[in-house]
Amino acid sequence: MKVLVPVKRVLDFNVKVRVKPDESGVDLANVKMSMNPFDEISVEQAVRMQEAGTATETIAVSIGPDKAAETIRTSLAMGIDRGIHVKTDAEVEPLAVAKILKAIVEEEKPDLVVLGKQAIDDDSNQTGQMLAALMGWPQATFANSIEKDGDSLTVGREVDGGIQTIKVTLPAVITTDLRLNEPRYASLPNIMKAKRKPIDAKTSDDYGVDLTPRLTTVKVAEPAGRTAGVKVADAAELVAKLKEEGVI
Amino acid sequence: MAILVIAEHDNENLKDATHKTVTAALAIAKDKGCDVDILVAGKGVKDVSAAAAKIAGVRKVLACDHASLKRQLAEAMQEVIVPLMDGYDAVLAPDTTTGKNFMPRIAAMLDVMQISSISGVESADTFVRPIYAGNALATVKSSDTKKVITVRPTAFAPAAEGGSAPVETIADPASPSTSEFVSEELSKSDRPELTAAKIVISGGRGMGSGENFAIIEKVADQLGAAVGASRAAVDAGYVPNDYQVGQTGKVVAPELYIAVGISGAIQHLAGMKDSKVIVAINKDEDAPIFQIADYGWVADLFNAVPELEAELTKAGY
Repeated sequence: MKVLVPVKRVLDFNVKVRVKPDESGVDLANVKMSMNPFDEISVEQAVRMQEAGTATETIAVSIGPDKAAETIRTSLAMGIDRGIHVKTDAEVEPLAVAKILKAIVEEEKPDLVVLGKQAIDDDSNQTGQMLAALMGWPQATFANSIEKDGDSLTVGREVDGGIQTIKVTLPAVITTDLRLNEPRYASLPNIMKAKRKPIDAKTSDDYGVDLTPRLTTVKVAEPAGRTAGVKVADAAELVAKLKEEGVI
Repeated sequence: MAILVIAEHDNENLKDATHKTVTAALAIAKDKGCDVDILVAGKGVKDVSAAAAKIAGVRKVLACDHASLKRQLAEAMQEVIVPLMDGYDAVLAPDTTTGKNFMPRIAAMLDVMQISSISGVESADTFVRPIYAGNALATVKSSDTKKVITVRPTAFAPAAEGGSAPVETIADPASPSTSEFVSEELSKSDRPELTAAKIVISGGRGMGSGENFAIIEKVADQLGAAVGASRAAVDAGYVPNDYQVGQTGKVVAPELYIAVGISGAIQHLAGMKDSKVIVAINKDEDAPIFQIADYGWVADLFNAVPELEAELTKAGY
């Protein structure tokens, strides 16, 4: 089984988000960028499938500026076989990403595409589902367990009320949730080895996809802050305050 | 034309998230001067459709009753919704795990860029949505002719009841055979659902064990509250992951949120900072949770929570 893993370079999850004073966006100048944490889980999933013998080849794809190649390199150091870098400096919306991925899927013919359920920058939670729809494939989103079962996969999904288990026939799209696995750290020898793994450089023009955004950002603002309130000394005082507020 | 709202339900009960999504739809409809319809897609949805018809301001309810829709899996929902979109300018669903699952498929089939998890309606084409886990609020304007929108229910008040819209049964969808339901393990609880509860009491790593959540549960039952947890408590295995409040869990905005033994990582705050009143109980007076709490109580939770329970009992709860 051939597995494709799209990865995105985003603001590192430990970095404090700062809105630019002119409200044009979030300040990304000179801050640490990393692989989207959910994509790390996807990479780990693909590598584990390869180690278990269920996956025969694993490919990472990233769409973005020159530096997105570093993100692909990280996935190669974790164990992915090779990369495809679709270079663009434009901001690419999930719909356009899904269209580029569709073109790559048609070329590479993977049996499975594993994506993070969402990127922690725009929090869209769309790309995997859109790719599945464009391909006419089944999807299993928010996966917290994946088992191969002949030519289908049994996937446990994190839903609001608990866990839902579904079966999808291959080829399929899976999006990963937080508890699917714990991604490995790349070892130094594997980081060295990753430098020799191939990354195919492409541009969005190679896939004939129109990247014109459908959404225009009017402004990006800081959310209303909360300020620290008062301290209470005991339960009686707390209950009295909550009654005053009318919340109990 | 009109706006379509996809009802959130479990074939038995209509969920409150639907009422909140209707509020967002009515705001768009007001700007456009058009009507709002509701689609109830499921299996055996007579009661749910009747409940949806009672939401005030709704023109009509479309009911699609078919075996393939019992679990509202994404492929099956796509089969029902996409053909309907010839008659609608916009489709809205709550950003629950059900809505998040099928809505982007609709958007892709319509060649539309979805607007995810809106928290505000500025006009018929301009919306506010949290990005970076709520650390920034983006106002975005869509140039697509049709709008596909998921709605953050906690950001909207529920639409009132008192309507009496007609229920229209629509044709059966083609049933896709690509994904199949196997089983479901839902947490059973008599307490209200986290995202719909007026009061939420959550425990963090400070709880020390799953058994210790019993002291929180007692207070929850006194107040009719839902029980939640921080990611640290879920990762430590104290409670199942559907308890999790935060960036990667559920987003709640109750009238009262009580955080017990929770330090207040950004991850957790992203899921509860829009609550009306926040209470924090923590023995570490430097815990970041106190920075956003309306009422902070610096105390050992194992003394404080039973003390709170006793005080509530005294007050007649």
